Amino acid sequence: MPRWFAYTLVLALLAAGGAWAFASLDMNWNWDVVWEYRGVFWRGWWMTVALSVASLLASSLFGIVAAVMLRSRFTLAQAAARVYVELIRGTPLLVQLLIGWYVIAAALHMGTDQRYLVGILVLSLFSGAYMAEIFRGGLDAIPRTQLDSARAIGLTPGQSLWLVVLPQAVRIVLPAVAGQLVSLVKDSSLLSVISIAEFTFSARNVNSATYSTLESYLPLAVGYLALTLPLSGLSRWLEHRFRYEAA
Amino acid sequence: MILSINGLVQRFTDPGGRRPPTTVLDGLNIATGDIQALVLVGPSGGGKSTLLRILAGLDVPTSGTVAFDGVPLPRDERDLLAYRRTVATVFQAYNLFPHLTAMQNLLLPLVHVHKLTESQALERIREPLERFGLTAHADKRPAELSGGQKQRIAILRALVVQPSRLFLDEPTSALDPEMTGEVLEMIGELKALGTQFVLVTHEMGFARKVADEIAFIADGRVGAHGPTADFFDRRTDPRIRLFLERTLHA
Repeated sequence: MPRWFAYTLVLALLAAGGAWAFASLDMNWNWDVVWEYRGVFWRGWWMTVALSVASLLASSLFGIVAAVMLRSRFTLAQAAARVYVELIRGTPLLVQLLIGWYVIAAALHMGTDQRYLVGILVLSLFSGAYMAEIFRGGLDAIPRTQLDSARAIGLTPGQSLWLVVLPQAVRIVLPAVAGQLVSLVKDSSLLSVISIAEFTFSARNVNSATYSTLESYLPLAVGYLALTLPLSGLSRWLEHRFRYEAA
Repeated sequence: MILSINGLVQRFTDPGGRRPPTTVLDGLNIATGDIQALVLVGPSGGGKSTLLRILAGLDVPTSGTVAFDGVPLPRDERDLLAYRRTVATVFQAYNLFPHLTAMQNLLLPLVHVHKLTESQALERIREPLERFGLTAHADKRPAELSGGQKQRIAILRALVVQPSRLFLDEPTSALDPEMTGEVLEMIGELKALGTQFVLVTHEMGFARKVADEIAFIADGRVGAHGPTADFFDRRTDPRIRLFLERTLHA
């Protein structure tokens, strides 16, 4: 069966099932009212894009630093990274956001306009903890013999990391990192609890103004897919490229 | 090269402190003449590879001294890095970087360690690549090469940096007999070219052919050592006799 046909078939079945379910609801769709609020959705969506991009970069950085610390010879660095990873992965993001904003940011006398910074930081720290374990696994997967070879030809530790270890580790961690980034985009919806007007927050506002629940939330699914599908596509493309590199 | 080793000890301690420390080299001494090729033989676990790693500047011994031509090996990592850049080492296997082609593997140390431009590096690689019949494989990745080809590229990578000495740690022990032949042939050519090297091997016939001196290493010490002809004639030490009987009839 050709690939395009398989995809078309799966999507068609999905659409048919969805249409049947929605039809059986006997809903009075009220798209006009929601359309009035398209500006709110649009602004929220862009806010989510901005938050995601910033957190994506920051969480990769946190993840790399924590992964290197987890593998460090220094017990203190190792302990700090381990506590960070376990504490963050073991508690809900919701609680972390509330503590970050209402406790830590308040203690530091941060103004309300700094909620975006706090939101990005908490989200990045959250995702960074997962990234740390992904990166650590990738680094651990490079055999010791590769490091021996790198030392034997006279590379400095920095050069062997950059020229030998990272290019091989990237290939190993890519699929897991892409999955984590997709989660990050969706997790950004929780930033609405500290009143950041991102995409989910907008949908909630539209819903409370129009009382059209499904009409307010269905665009949400479409909007998040518009962000996460390209991420998955990019990851598959990179994977393909790196696989060729390593064959 | 004249190699002199005095009271070399290498002891590995378990960082967790649960197992007792293991002594791999136990006060090893050796003093060679001015030779081109030294071959280290002996039973597995006897300390040959550990010794070679120290000679190559990859590990620092617990105590004792090593000197080549009267120059002692440094102990500090900074100086060891500088030392490693003047020599070259080939391991049993997995020498090449799998994400790079054979050519990129050859270029890497020349460009990043020895600071040649890419065209200078290519110029230096071209001729030996041709001589050892590896030109056709230059653009392949290690996964596409046979074990013998991989080892020959690895030896070539070691050679093109023009090291003062080459260290080879059982370069054929991961290969089948046919590929062993092509790698040994290449090492034989190095001997003819005047390259100085220290080789760890189980190929006794080959050792006899290329070695100027042979050292038999067992239990972390030198069991016997001397010019190659003497070594095979004088089988007084029962350990050497047993070892030779096993390896020659294997």
